[in-house]
Amino acid sequence: MTGITNEGLVLACSAIGAGLAVIAGIGPGVGQGIAAGYGASAVGRNPGAKGDVMSTMLLGQAVAETTGLYGLVIALILLYANPLIGKL
Amino acid sequence: MGSSDVDFFIHSYYEFKLFGVTLSINTTMVTTVIVCLILLALILFARHEIMKDYDEPNVVQNVVEMIVEKMDAMVVSNMGIHAKKYLNYVEALMAFIFLSNISGLFGLRPPTADFGTTFGLALITFVMIEYAWIKTKGFGIIKDLLDPFPVFLPINIISEFATPVSMSLRLFGNVTAGTIMLGLWYALMPWFTKIGIPAFLHAYFDFFSGAIQTYVFGMLTMVFISNRYD
Repeated sequence: MTGITNEGLVLACSAIGAGLAVIAGIGPGVGQGIAAGYGASAVGRNPGAKGDVMSTMLLGQAVAETTGLYGLVIALILLYANPLIGKL
Repeated sequence: MGSSDVDFFIHSYYEFKLFGVTLSINTTMVTTVIVCLILLALILFARHEIMKDYDEPNVVQNVVEMIVEKMDAMVVSNMGIHAKKYLNYVEALMAFIFLSNISGLFGLRPPTADFGTTFGLALITFVMIEYAWIKTKGFGIIKDLLDPFPVFLPINIISEFATPVSMSLRLFGNVTAGTIMLGLWYALMPWFTKIGIPAFLHAYFDFFSGAIQTYVFGMLTMVFISNRYD
């Protein structure tokens, strides 16, 4: 561990943490896929209600997306506005 | 080429001191003003075209009427009898967010890619939600906050304040993700990949994603407000 400065260690760990944080994208991906699948089957059963199904599906998908975006925001904070560097 | 070319940050153009606090004119303010001016110019142009020949509708009048009728129908179908009070707010909000989101197509940094802008918009919506709630329930909101048991009071208060945070973070996250992707593409890819391919990226990240997020923000505003009237 010689030659590693404190700043370098914090930056490296922040980069790893940012990578781990965006793993949160798995959940919303699965959830949006399930919502789209059920939307498709609903349109197949009742093609007349396509507009309503589409708007409900998009709204549900956007709400499900939020948790993934929290992970993205944490990754962005770690990469571009790192609060840990200031504590050294 | 290199990481020094990566540029999707908010820059400060001019700094000044006011009451001992350093304030700055930054990218977001400039692009917000540009977006507002473009919106104003479009409105004045449409008004001019409509007033020019009142008896014979021309192309601009037909297009503008079609857009306004579609938006009105959407608000009315979501808010019912309360639509009349909120038509102006929801449509102005959606027009501003949509134009902000697609401003990345024209080389601007979208104003909605700044958490300050989106949180401000979400705060306006939050005030309207709480206003509708207090107006319909009066002191009955205390009973709602203690629902189903008094132990749930902190959880209910937190979930109340989570609404503007989650709404603003959703819009901010989506637009910022697109801005960063395009900034990285323009900065780090070899020159021949910048011919043609960014058009598809712009179409997806700026136009499609921006339109969906505009729809979602307006829809959630309408749904949350009209829920408070039940």
